[in-house]
Parts: sequence; C-alpha cells; structure tokens
Amino acid sequence: MMRSIVMSVALALMVAAAGCKFHHATPTVPRASASGTAIVESSGGKQVGITGMVLKDPLVVQVNDDKGTAVAGALVEFHGPSGFRFEPTALLTDSSGQATTAVTLGTVAGRYQLSAVTPGKSQPVTVQIVETALGYQQQLGFLLAEKYCDSCHDPESSPERVSNYDNLQVKPHPFTEGDTLNKMSDADLMAITQHGGPALNRSALMPSYGDTLSPADVRALISYMRMVSDPPYQPAGTVYARK
Amino acid sequence: MPSLQKSLSSAWRALFGDPVRAFGVVSVSLLIAMAIAPAKDYFSEWRGYQRGYLSFIHDRGDAVSLRRRFEPGIQQVWLPDLGVVDRCTTCHEGLREASLTDVSTQPFSRHPVIPHSLTAFGCVICHGGQGAATTVAEAHYSTRAGEMPILPARYIEAGCGQCHQNTLPGTPQLNQGRQILARYGCVHCHSIKLPDGTAMTASDDPPALLHIADKTTREWLVSWLKDPQAYAASATMPNYKLSDADARDISAYLMSSSTPQAGDTTAAIVKPAAEADASAGPTLYGESFCASCHAVQNAAGNLVGGDLGPELTRIGNKIKPEWLFAWLQNPRVYDPSTLMPHYRFTPQQAATLVDYLEKKSDADFGANVHLDLATPEQIARGKKLVVELGCAACHEINGVRKPENFAPDLSTIGSKPLAQLVFLPGMEHTLPNYIAAKIQQPRAFGPSFKMPQFTLTPSQNDALTTALLALTERSHTIPANLRVAAVQETAYQPAGHAGKLMTDLACLSCHRINGHGSEMAPDLTWEGSSVQRQWLDDFLKNPNTLRPALIRRMPRFNLSDSDSKELTDYMMVVYQSPSIDPDAAPGDINTPATVEHGRQLFYSKYACQSCHIADTKTDKGYIGPTLTQVGSRLTPAWIYAWLNNPQALRPGTIEPNQNLSDEDARALTAFLVTLKGSGRQEAKR
Repeated sequence: MMRSIVMSVALALMVAAAGCKFHHATPTVPRASASGTAIVESSGGKQVGITGMVLKDPLVVQVNDDKGTAVAGALVEFHGPSGFRFEPTALLTDSSGQATTAVTLGTVAGRYQLSAVTPGKSQPVTVQIVETALGYQQQLGFLLAEKYCDSCHDPESSPERVSNYDNLQVKPHPFTEGDTLNKMSDADLMAITQHGGPALNRSALMPSYGDTLSPADVRALISYMRMVSDPPYQPAGTVYARK
Repeated sequence: MPSLQKSLSSAWRALFGDPVRAFGVVSVSLLIAMAIAPAKDYFSEWRGYQRGYLSFIHDRGDAVSLRRRFEPGIQQVWLPDLGVVDRCTTCHEGLREASLTDVSTQPFSRHPVIPHSLTAFGCVICHGGQGAATTVAEAHYSTRAGEMPILPARYIEAGCGQCHQNTLPGTPQLNQGRQILARYGCVHCHSIKLPDGTAMTASDDPPALLHIADKTTREWLVSWLKDPQAYAASATMPNYKLSDADARDISAYLMSSSTPQAGDTTAAIVKPAAEADASAGPTLYGESFCASCHAVQNAAGNLVGGDLGPELTRIGNKIKPEWLFAWLQNPRVYDPSTLMPHYRFTPQQAATLVDYLEKKSDADFGANVHLDLATPEQIARGKKLVVELGCAACHEINGVRKPENFAPDLSTIGSKPLAQLVFLPGMEHTLPNYIAAKIQQPRAFGPSFKMPQFTLTPSQNDALTTALLALTERSHTIPANLRVAAVQETAYQPAGHAGKLMTDLACLSCHRINGHGSEMAPDLTWEGSSVQRQWLDDFLKNPNTLRPALIRRMPRFNLSDSDSKELTDYMMVVYQSPSIDPDAAPGDINTPATVEHGRQLFYSKYACQSCHIADTKTDKGYIGPTLTQVGSRLTPAWIYAWLNNPQALRPGTIEPNQNLSDEDARALTAFLVTLKGSGRQEAKR
C-alpha cells in the first residue's frame, strides 16, 4: 500500500513537472498605485516597419485624469494581434504619466491595430494605435521609393534630402494620399509609373520609368504604396461566382 | 491489504473466469490496441490543421477554386541536391494561394512575394527548423541532437545571406550587419572564412600607434582607454572596462614605446595671421568641406557631418597643435594610407584651422586624470596588458606582434550547437538570443571574458546578429552554382605621376573608378568621355557646385596650375568610354529649328525641368545637376549617349531612361549644347 502511494505521488510529480516544462513564467504585473480616466497616444503610432522587426521608435502612451493632468503610477497594458511583442507588455506610468514600450511587429505584412489599456477608475479605458508592417516585396518597394520617388513625392525635407515637391508646378501625390491613389487601379499605377504622366493624361513632370525599373520593381512599388496609403487601401478582390 | 487482494481476484474472475468471456475480453482489447495507430493518425496535429484550412476557406468566395487545389495528406518538397525534405506545406496549405494575401491567420496565409520558387528551394533553407517533422513543436522548436529551431522573423535576412554573399537590394539589415562586421573591426580578432574560401576583411583602418606620443598626450590616452565613447560618441573603438591602474599602465607602455616620426610632423607652428578675425576658422572649415567626412556634435547632441573621418567634437582635448599643423599640411607624412586628402593649405591657412580646431574641446573631459611619471614596473605591466588584451590585433604597436587567431573563429557561428554554449540565467536557450546577448554585453558572460563592450544601437545589434547567423554550415555546403559571390574589392592605383597625385588627393576616398573606391561622389570611370577639358581643368582648381541640394561637396584643394593640368590630362586620356567618341558629335544638330524643337521637348514632352534647371529664371528642379552651362561642361557625344541610356554609362543612376527616339535625343542634345550659361562668370564675380 505504502509503495503504491509513493508510486502515485511520484507519478503525479512527473506529470506536474512535464506540464510545467511548457509553462513559461508570465511576467509579474506591477501593482498600480494610481489610476486615470483617459489614455492617449503620445508618440510612436503610425510607424512603418518591417515584419518581425522592432519598430524604430518606441510606443509611448500617456494616462490622464479627468482634468487632463498626467497620472503617474497607473497600470498600462499593451495588446496586439498574434505575433506582436511588447517589451514590456505591462508597466506603470512614469512621473510624467507616460508608459513606453518597444514594439516587435508580427510576421505577416499588413496594417495592424494595437491597443493600450489602463484599468481606469470604474471601467478600463483603451486607445487604439495603428502600425504598419512591410513584407519583403513592400520593403523592396520602400527602398525603391526612397531612391527614385521620394525626392518629388514626399513633401518632407531633411538636411540629407531636400524635397523637390515645392519646386513642381503640378504637385505629385504623396504615396500616403489614399484618397487619390486608392481610386487608381494597379494597372493604372503600373501604366503611369512605366510610361509617365501623359499615359493617363496627367502631367509630363512625371517621367516614365518603364526602361529603368523592371516590372517586378514597379509591382513592388505599388504594393508598398497600397500598404502605406491613408485611408487604407481596400483591394476590390477577385469576384467569384457563389456556389 | 487483504481487501485489495480480494477485489483484484474477484475482478480477475469476472474477466477471465469463463473461457468464452476471456476470449471476448482478449479480442476487444486486441481490437482497441489495433485501433490506436489509425486513431493517432486521424487525430494527428497536421490533419487538424488541414481540417482547419478547409473550414477556413469554406465561406470564402473563392472556396471552390481553393478546394480544387487543396491536396490532402502529407505534402513534401524533396530536393536531394540541397538535402531538403520539407513537409511544411502539409499544414501551411495556403502558401502558394495568391488570393490569400490578405489573410493573417497562420498557418494559412500566403507566403510573401519573394524572388524564389518554394518548390525549387523548400522552406528550411531560408527559415531553418526541421522540414521533415510533422508537428509544430518538432518542426519549429526542436533543439534535440543539435537541431536548429526556425529563425525568428527579425533575423530572417540571415537566411538570404547563406547563399547571397553579395549586397542584395532587398536585405538592408543583412547588408548593414556585414558592414558593421567590417567597420567595427570584428575580423581583426575573429577570423571569418567565407564560403568562397576567402577571409572576410575589415574596412576600418585602426591607426598605428608607433608615433602616438607625437600626436597626443598621455592624459588623453588614459581617458580614451577608459571610455572611448566619452570622447567621441561615434567612436568605433570598444570599451575594455579598464581599471584606473590598467589604463595608466597601458598608456605608460604606449607612450614609452612610441618613437618620434621621421620628418616634419611636429613642425614649429605658424601663428595665424593677426588680421584674421574669428570667422576665418569656421569659414575655412566650411569652404574645405571638412564636414563631408568629419562630424561634430551639435548643441542638441546630434552628430552633423560625414563618418569617413573621426569625429571632431573634442579634437582640442586630443591633438597636440604642432602635430595637427603638420598633419593639415600633409597628412600622408604621418599616415601614408590615410583617407584624408592632402589639401594644399598655406602655413597661414593651416594655422587658422589649427586655431579653430583646438578650440573644439571640453574642459570637463579628462579633468580628473592626474598622472605621475611612469615607473618601469608600470611600463612592463602595461606591455603585458597590451599583449593580453590583444591591442596589437588592430593597432600597430612597437615591440608587440600582431596576435594570430586571437579570438574564436566565427566562420560557422550560425550553426553553433547549443550544447557548446553557456547561457546566462533566465535567458531563452536559442542561438540568436545567445549571439545578440554576447554582442550586447560580452562581459556579462563572465569577468574573465576579454571581448570588449561595443556601443551599438538595438537595430545595429539586430543587424550584426543577422549577419552572424548567416554564417552557417549550410552556407559552406550548398551547391556552388547556387552561391552568389561577393564582389571582391581589389586594390587600384592609378598609374604614373598623375596616379600619385590622385593618391595624394585621396580621390578614391569619395569617388568611384572602375568599381573601386567610395560611392559618396560621382563615378569617374568615364569622366574623360563625359566632360570638356577646359571645364575639368577649371573645376579642379575651383570646384563650384553642380547640385544645389547636396551638402557633401567637392572641396577646393588649392591645386597648382601644373597639378591641375596633369590630372586633367590623365583623366581625359585614361577615363574614356570605348563606346563614346568624344570628337564625333551627333551630326546635323546645329540648325536653329532643331534647337527649338529640343527646347520644346525639354519643357513639354519630357518636362526635364521637374528635376533640372536649364534657365535659372523659370526652372526650379532640384534633383539632377544644374544644366545652365551644360554646353560648356559636357561633350555633345556624351550628352547624346547619356540621353539614350543613362544606366549604360553609370549603372544605378536615378535619371530615368526615357527610351527616346533618335530624333528626340538629337534635338535634346542640340538644345542642351547651346546652354553655355553665364553661371561660371557669375560664380567668379
């Protein structure tokens, strides 16, 4: 009898140990010393990064009370789609009411909505943050845009690259300008990039790149434009007959 | 105890007491035992995923076509040449379905568009993991018997780097990592043998310390050794975490072993001209475009300027004025292989610059360093430390030989078995984690580790980890026809006296010629075909800017007439494209009608003014070079050939190839050659 009890205890321990092997220690959630009633994004939203990699700038959110003053020591938790990682996932706001986390993007390209939640006084309050993850093809497009397109299509100037946008009589469309670009089909964008503005009866200030960039390059550019356009691009998709 | 015995024996009787019943029981249990295998198969993980896929596509509009292409059962990509048996597509059913692009539910989403076919390469070649496994745990995460788990997505470019030893446009992280490996001098201590049999070489050129006492003081050396980044944030020299005594002794040895440089490196300094006002220094610094290569930290803490030469924020703390004076007069006396050009400064100009640069100092830097005269014991201990720490692996030091194989070989670090690694407590046991942590905090792995602390940003750290993870066993064993070799940079020395002059002016520090040199400034491979002789001669003497938006520009070297003529002669003769005859201009382009037609094409059909300025009054294009005097700068033959195909003359140039008709190209050339412009005269005035 004694022996069977010992055996069963040993068996139970083994089962428990096997169970624990896959059980990662969850990070301890810090104890909040205060709570706010509002949460806002301070910086780090609307970034464009590469799938699976850490976003360049950290994500910073701020917790405020009903008077709009920052609350220190309030708990903030970050949530995202599967594959996203936050370091740390949950933390307390610092003395200026801000919580900072490094965001690692998921492995599938797309535009993602993340959220930061603070428990609040009576009910949890949430702020939504949008980040974009570029896949291989879009990243290629991003690099091509940087080299060939951004000097005119990006109105922002930096000391390293002075924008030519203001020098042009007909203003080019920034690639984020979804209101215009979303209405153009892939074929139209392909045509205007390969054959220049006049191909679509637009300004000749847009030169033709069909003999400079390969069709795959242009497709990569278009897929990049689609990914960063704001409002987001909704592909029409193929229409199939219903069964 | 008896009760247990009693119940067991009654159970035995109940099951096997009667032979018929016993037969029944045995048959049933045999049947159950035989059903285990099919049941296990039926409930296997991958079947679950395939059922999941079918129900996932069930409600989609394209369900019919997706289902038609769905193949049940274990799928396999078998490539004997590559040693690939990949069953990943058994669960990842949607990998090749174009219509599943927008799906982010794994394992059903489509593979991102890449230049390779999944059936020709399989999955594990790039992603790692166990291709033959049919459970997630084994395929993705198994570490048994030296097996490698799949590569985390943030290091995925390491997969590309196994075959692609060259610089790929789509792998910026890998390229950056390889640059860091070379630039931070990792390969001075670690050897890395590349799959093509060559050894990776460093791109930095750590200064020789043979004459260090001419250049700087022992006090500076101590502060620098203690914390290089405190002197210059961008310094690539790592921090060896030396104690005060260690730094004191090493500096004692380096100073005592230093020999005076033969020649005039510490010439008596000339006083700057008395009438020179305070702005003379900054003006000369700006005019000489020192900032094209050297950075200075501004008030906000940002580095402004290039990274070809050392940062100059606290140069006054470091350099002895006499040495700097001699260096500015001719840097090649002290260091024959320096990237710094030999500006032809007058002694007065050099003195002005010394005066300006010596003021760039920080009173707090090294303020607490007080040294007594070094004792022989300290010097001897210093030498021992220099040998132990491997200083001579990077720097040339009198009396110490360069150590061979100072640090572990990294040729196959990307396949290092986990059993050979010692992890820090609390660390996830994976190779990428180990490499990243080792780069980030080498000394955390034990106080006896010699590897110093490098200062890298998190993204640089990831990039370096990626480049190291690409150094796998597989990269050495893949079939040679799949390997894309790196472009080997060979030494290039332009010939003759003009070649010496080009070395002296360090043209290749910025320009590229025949695939050699840097990419900061325009490629000069066909410069002789491109420009007109008079223009080149004038430009070398007094470079005026062609691209108004550029901040890095060609400096003025104060060349003598004979030097400038010699360089011009050489370039006009040697750097000639075989496809362009500079004297043979496209004929029949000089009629006013053709010129006018060309102007029309320039402004309306091709709208060249979006990037170029042909007339400063109307045009604003800021991307390409200003064309107001292109007719006196470029040869007509070059303009014509360039318009026809710019990339053929300078691969990678951003000027689009507009696929012009011959008539249009001639007309545009005709118009452009008429732009003789008053730009030069204006600039001179």
